[in-house]
Amino acid sequence: MAKVTVDGIEIEVPNNYSVLQAAEAAGREIPRFCYHERLSVAGNCRMCLVEIEKMPKPVASCGQPVGEGMVIYTDNEKIRAARRNVMEFLLINHPLDCPICDQGGECDLQDEAVGYGRARSRYEENKRAVTDKYLGPLVKTVMTRCIHCTRCVRFLAEVAGVPELGGTARGESMEITNYVERALSSELSGNIVDICPVGALTSKPYAFVARTWELNKTDSIDVLDAVGTNIRVDTKGGTVLRILPRRHDGVNEDWLADKGRHAPVDGIKYRRLDRPWLRENGTLREARWDEAFDAIAARMRAVAGARIGAIAGDLCDVESMFALKRLMAGLGSGNLDCRQDGAALDASRRDYYLFNTTIVGIDEIDALLVIGADIRREAPVLNARIRRRWADLPSFQVGLIGAEVDLTYPTTWIGEGPAALACLLDGSHDFAKILAGAKNPAVIIGQSALTRADGAAVLAACWQLAVQFNMIRSDWHGFNVLHRAAARVGGLDIGFVPQAGGLDAGAMLAGGVDVLWLLAADEIDATAVPGSCFVVYQGHHGDAGAARADVILPGASYLEKSGLYVNTEGRVQAASQACFPPGDAREDWTILRAFSEHVGHRLGFDALAGLRAQLAAEYPIFGDIGDCRRLASLDVTGPAGDPAGMGADAFARPMPVYYQTDPISRASPTMARCVAEIAAPMQAAAE
Amino acid sequence: MLSDKDRIFTNLYGMHDWRLAGARTRGDWDGTAAILARGRDAIIEEVKNSGLRGRGGAGFPTGLKWSFMPKQSDGRPSYLVVNADESEPGTCKDRDILRYDPHKLVEGCLIAGFAMGANTAFIYIRGEFYNEYLHLKAAIAEAYEAGLLGPDACGSGWAFDVRVHRGGGAYICGEESALLESLEGKKGMPRMKPPFPAAMGLYGCPTTVNNVESIAVTPTILRRGAEWFSGLGRPKNTGTKIFCISGHVNRPCNVEEELGIPLRELIDKHAGGVRGGWDNLLAIIPGGSSVPMLPKSICDTVLMDYDNLRDARSGLGTAAVIVMDKSTDLIRAIARLSAFYKHESCGQCTPCREGTGWMMRMMNRLVEGRAELAEIDLLEQVTRQVEGHTICALGDAAAWPIQGLLRHFRPVVEQRIKDYQAQTAPRVAAE
Repeated sequence: MAKVTVDGIEIEVPNNYSVLQAAEAAGREIPRFCYHERLSVAGNCRMCLVEIEKMPKPVASCGQPVGEGMVIYTDNEKIRAARRNVMEFLLINHPLDCPICDQGGECDLQDEAVGYGRARSRYEENKRAVTDKYLGPLVKTVMTRCIHCTRCVRFLAEVAGVPELGGTARGESMEITNYVERALSSELSGNIVDICPVGALTSKPYAFVARTWELNKTDSIDVLDAVGTNIRVDTKGGTVLRILPRRHDGVNEDWLADKGRHAPVDGIKYRRLDRPWLRENGTLREARWDEAFDAIAARMRAVAGARIGAIAGDLCDVESMFALKRLMAGLGSGNLDCRQDGAALDASRRDYYLFNTTIVGIDEIDALLVIGADIRREAPVLNARIRRRWADLPSFQVGLIGAEVDLTYPTTWIGEGPAALACLLDGSHDFAKILAGAKNPAVIIGQSALTRADGAAVLAACWQLAVQFNMIRSDWHGFNVLHRAAARVGGLDIGFVPQAGGLDAGAMLAGGVDVLWLLAADEIDATAVPGSCFVVYQGHHGDAGAARADVILPGASYLEKSGLYVNTEGRVQAASQACFPPGDAREDWTILRAFSEHVGHRLGFDALAGLRAQLAAEYPIFGDIGDCRRLASLDVTGPAGDPAGMGADAFARPMPVYYQTDPISRASPTMARCVAEIAAPMQAAAE
Repeated sequence: MLSDKDRIFTNLYGMHDWRLAGARTRGDWDGTAAILARGRDAIIEEVKNSGLRGRGGAGFPTGLKWSFMPKQSDGRPSYLVVNADESEPGTCKDRDILRYDPHKLVEGCLIAGFAMGANTAFIYIRGEFYNEYLHLKAAIAEAYEAGLLGPDACGSGWAFDVRVHRGGGAYICGEESALLESLEGKKGMPRMKPPFPAAMGLYGCPTTVNNVESIAVTPTILRRGAEWFSGLGRPKNTGTKIFCISGHVNRPCNVEEELGIPLRELIDKHAGGVRGGWDNLLAIIPGGSSVPMLPKSICDTVLMDYDNLRDARSGLGTAAVIVMDKSTDLIRAIARLSAFYKHESCGQCTPCREGTGWMMRMMNRLVEGRAELAEIDLLEQVTRQVEGHTICALGDAAAWPIQGLLRHFRPVVEQRIKDYQAQTAPRVAAE
């Protein structure tokens, strides 16, 4: 610890603190443009200058380490003058087009100009103009506004691991560009819009949509992957206009993946189910709620409980699954499944299906084995964290089994299928030594390793591997399942899986039931469901499920309802309703509650609070919203499944196209543009 | 005046053989192994005692700089980097060392490298110095051939390699940390300090960056002794220095002289005097384009060393004396320098990136006089806003020439503006 004095305030700070951090710890605000706490220090904006005793010149506080006994002045006349001068330099070539700038209202340059700007310009020369650059369908550029802080360059190089931006030329002529006029290929590219302190990089889909101060802000949770990114939903007049990340150091830090940022904004406006529909004589017709309920109730009464089933989709909130599970129990059905893709997840113990190391725990891993997961696309924000671990720890090693994917950090490719897993178990591959020598080794199992006939065997083999390499101890749990679906862990937590004697999703879809309730389940081959099966689709988008449905009940998307979601590490998080569902659509648990009355098995709650109380009473983890406990265990009994039963087929490529993976992103024109301008050219280049 | 027996660079004019055989006749590579046998600390102590200050411009004591290098390696190698990216306008001393006395530099690399525990020296040479590069490479090859470099350099048991890297021609790569970036293959942009290169330099390893001249004089200092060297020049400004005299003199030249020689004597004795006589002198830039100019009144008496020139509010810099007689348009001369600094600013940090362009544009208008009188103060303020607020010294270098002009020749600038205003003022009809 070093004792420093900041503006007369004595404070002790860790030795590795910079002067800027020390000043912040002392409660002094230091203006900055280039400094960002999650990026390397550049020191180029010169806005954070402070005076330090015994140093002749003003010092850039972001790059100056603290020293014992340092006396720092952050706000004297000399320093204010220095900052005013830097501000003047930044503004002489800045277009000052704030009235038509999308950054207006949340612009660092604008904000600092309040404190350090001059009342009038002294610059009489012509201003510089810079050609705008094409960076793809998500990032709009107005490069004349750029102040060369290089945050975007550093973000892409350091966090995203896709070093596609840089500076060409020098001096006044320096331009931030990717030079080749090609779309950025990062799944995290939207974040450079957030970190840009000025309006040089703005969101293309959000261009000229609204002024920031008109927006209502709602805290929510992203569901387009299973990381549980904390988001802020900005709405105006009941319309979602944009989505921004909300800081959560334990989950997403400051970042948000592009799909979660852009897909819902226009995705929830297209192909929406806004009224009930009823299939008559092969075609769907508009219907009233009671007509739809009557039709379902009539059909349900005609069949035995065991011939009724329910499948929950990937975007569902826990409450609606809980309500559906209760409803099914009332109807006497044990045919439940929240694993519409057939993943062989074992719900009998929580650490069989969680990312047990936790996202924060990634910072402690020293050797990692990735099995059948393309983390970069399945969980971009989580991948950035692994990348940082790789950057921080020179000895960090990553082994890869499955398709050879580019995770933005070097990997050792071990093999494409279960055979590679076997040669780690018998120690014949060199990577086994690395795992054996690591203090905190971990394994990440992706869904493409589990959504196959021998999935249970693969899961068991992975567990066996974790045990063998001492990954499961009283102080460390290195067995991690990486989920793609935001609803999956919640579903498993409430036991939305086949009850005793019940059928799983595959059996239900193959005709095992006569009435099938699809709760926003769309990642299924609906055409394969036999014609004799009566399909109820409750959801928000006209996608695969709705196309096959006999009755459609319009539900709410995640932005239109308050709900609980459990992320891949088992953290329960609450999302708040940001806007209302369109037309006659309703929040999903209320639909189930209303129908239960209709079918004569009334659910025992009338409000969300009541539902949550019952949920928490039955499953205590839902009493700790926001919490995430790190599981560690001495009980190394593995999940059901025989490792010897593994087949020979290679693990499938996990997520070939990142931008369209669920009903919302498939309905989004922005995501369609991303496919056309980013994914398709990359695929073409690869072939 | 420096007597011939005290000259270090005895082949500065290329009249003798620059190759190894010729160099040996001038005393290079003589007893190098014995010098190394004195040990690291003794060499550094000797250089410290000699009072040698960095010849690249900043004048930091060389021996002290070497002593910052770690005595015990923590596993990382140490590096010596020689800055041969001589690009300062007016300066051409390193160039003549490289082409006529390369062995002084190569031998200096070995001794300096040994003294700081480095087994490798990198010489970063300005890209445009192509023929000099060939000479340097030939000299290094000769040294390897003769066993002066290599796994057992000079039979001392010390392994030493010298590598040459050609720069791409950017002025900023002469700044030591930008040079290291460039050497690593990155864009030449100065680094933040701390960490200083002695702690984290090339490839993150302890590194010392020295000017060509600083390194090239060390073998002679160690052979002839610190006392001899410190006996030359003036206190704290010891030894000899190569001066590059250019501009309006009768015989522009490079000359090795004692530090502290009066400026007038330097020009009169070695450069054949100012064109048209001393009284025709207008101003002199005493240390390369980066330092403020001095008017004749100061040039009459000023002594050419670090401290005297600093007291005259200028600097020794690279000791490139640029002489301007009364035919010179000083405003235009400085405007040209402003254009140079605007062009060479790396663009990394705000004051320099934006300020150099602003200063250049104002200077360009002042050349014509197309400005208001109040703008002279504005220009002065802009130079103050840049100076001392940047990552490296290029901002200072861009500001100082203008400050020198305004400090000593403000009436000239004001007159230019008044003339322009008189010329362009609307004529009033005669009554």
